[in-house]
Amino acid sequence: MIVAERKPIEEIVKLIGDCRHIVLAGCGTCVTVCGAGGEREVSVLASQLKMHYRQKGIDVDIREVTPKRQCDSEFVEDIRAHVEGADCILSMACGAGVQMAADRYPALPVYPAVNTEFIGVAEEAGVWAERCQGCGDCILGITGGICPIARCAKNLLNGPCGGSHGGKCEVKTDRPCAWHLIVERLSERGKLDVLEEVLPAKSWWTDRSGGPRKVVREDMKK
Amino acid sequence: MSERKFEPKIVAFCCHYCAFAAADLAGVMRLSYPTSIRIVRIPCSGKIDIIHIMKTLERGADGVMVVGCMEGQCHFIKGNFMARRRVEYAKKLLEEVGMDPKRLEMFNLSSSQGPRFAEVSREMDARIRELGPSPLRPKSGSNEKTENVKVA
Amino acid sequence: MSKSNLQRVLETGHFAVTAECGPPKGCDTTELLHYANMMKDVSEAINLTDNPSANVRMSSLGCAILLTQHGMEPVLQMTCRDRNRVALQGDLLTAAAFGVHNVLMLSGDHTSLAEVPGARAVYDLDSVNLLQVGRKMTTEHKLMGDSEFTGDIELFIGAVENPFADPFDFRVIRLAKKVKAGARFIQTQCIYDMQRFREFMKQVVDKGLHEKVFILAGITPLRSFGMAKFMATNVAGITIPEDVLKRIKDAGKENAAAEGLKIANEQIQEMKTIPGVKGIHLMAIGQEKKVPDIIKDAGLLPRPRV
Repeated sequence: MIVAERKPIEEIVKLIGDCRHIVLAGCGTCVTVCGAGGEREVSVLASQLKMHYRQKGIDVDIREVTPKRQCDSEFVEDIRAHVEGADCILSMACGAGVQMAADRYPALPVYPAVNTEFIGVAEEAGVWAERCQGCGDCILGITGGICPIARCAKNLLNGPCGGSHGGKCEVKTDRPCAWHLIVERLSERGKLDVLEEVLPAKSWWTDRSGGPRKVVREDMKK
Repeated sequence: MSERKFEPKIVAFCCHYCAFAAADLAGVMRLSYPTSIRIVRIPCSGKIDIIHIMKTLERGADGVMVVGCMEGQCHFIKGNFMARRRVEYAKKLLEEVGMDPKRLEMFNLSSSQGPRFAEVSREMDARIRELGPSPLRPKSGSNEKTENVKVA
Repeated sequence: MSKSNLQRVLETGHFAVTAECGPPKGCDTTELLHYANMMKDVSEAINLTDNPSANVRMSSLGCAILLTQHGMEPVLQMTCRDRNRVALQGDLLTAAAFGVHNVLMLSGDHTSLAEVPGARAVYDLDSVNLLQVGRKMTTEHKLMGDSEFTGDIELFIGAVENPFADPFDFRVIRLAKKVKAGARFIQTQCIYDMQRFREFMKQVVDKGLHEKVFILAGITPLRSFGMAKFMATNVAGITIPEDVLKRIKDAGKENAAAEGLKIANEQIQEMKTIPGVKGIHLMAIGQEKKVPDIIKDAGLLPRPRV
């Protein structure tokens, strides 16, 4: 899922500025799972903000709402019940959710309370790591189910580079070298010969490099 | 407004199996511990969620204690480890908004440690007295000194 | 006859020597030319690094052109980190236009190693892809996408291999891949663990790769125990065996540099005897002015004229 992390409080406070009637909107999907912006995080941030402002003698009115998915045009309607008299929406959803809310409630500024980071998985409780870059041209079938575009710091197609040491990446030494993992996985499967072939240069046309992307299913349109 | 001495309000979330039993025992043993401690019994210290700590302090408690079993002896095996992690995290959250993280603490003890319960209570009470009243104490009906509080 | 001196020397079976210079952090090329002048008669070609550790330097291409204009032969190092395929192919055309023939394709140190982090890492191609691109340009006279281009180009294309990176058993497979993609010569990362290097070369020879590519062993004389310790712990892909560290340490502060030179000399002598090793690549970091002496003391003078 999409993994995000809450912004530093100072930044959030700066974004809020003079707003005093804040709709604090979480999201019940990705950011809930990665502990960044679900219902719990909404209530904790609301409490923190109240503490912050009360110490300055300011009373803030924070309306907490957590739609199931903020990126969904039906669920984002849940926010509507809280916008009367509000002066901003502080969204804990990922960038997609924030923009959906901003489109749906254009009269109000919508501020992001989290930084959206990557598509990933939970490696263990409390630890999430990047797995997919959304390059639009998946090669996982060749690389043993381990993505070098997302997990190799240099997104090499013919790795590992000379900095792979003890199975760790030289760039981020707490991360495994993706190519080391690929070599191991394919070795175990007896398929190391797959890596003897040179993987040709990638076309980044399908990636974000080719421009913002869109997917259409004609049969699903109304 | 007359100035009265600061009487802390400290909420102690005590797990049923060890902490609450120890508090009970302290009572039975006629040990005295500060009246600032208001006990809330919970099944396990691991039941504590960040929001419980935050809300308690937000509403004006001067301090919060989370008291659980000795590590390795939690009735629910790992509840007290989870509580410990959450308390550490909550301390960071408090610091982020200018609240002194020392207002929050976790203690571990066993059900037979009546005297220890009294001891940690006294420790926390002393600590909070030194820190002074919470900046979040509600204005009306409080024992605190008047401060220059602006109304928004 | 090849336009690349390095290529000619290697193809005529001589034990080759390449040296290395770092482009300046600035636009004053005095020091660069000074060192390059010292190195030119004791080596076949001089490598110019490409923004090493992702720090800003005068471009390796600019420096390579400069050296060429001063009658020296450069090895243009090209990393994949800062430039996309459009820029890289453009640079190769530029190199050809100015008579730069030797190119070394590398992935390149990641941007996160830079003194000023935050630059976007390009890595449009990886080093293996870049080898293919270089080969296509020089053998088919075509750019990616098969379009033609004007003018003559003759590239002697090389790559890097690190025999000490992991997974160890995969290194030779990767070397074979680079050869398949177009590498004609290899410069290795600096070597201190001779035993591991010999094992690596044995695998290379077993695979017959030594007949397909010229391997130049990387040598960097150690200057001090501090330098040795630093490299062993902080620089990825460098292993220094305990006995080497001990020799430098026991030599004491005053004699460490001399001992380092002695060790380098011993290594060079051994390299001459290892099957498949066709030369050395001397990276005398911080001791550029010692290069002529190092080559001389190693009995590698005069350099062959072919």
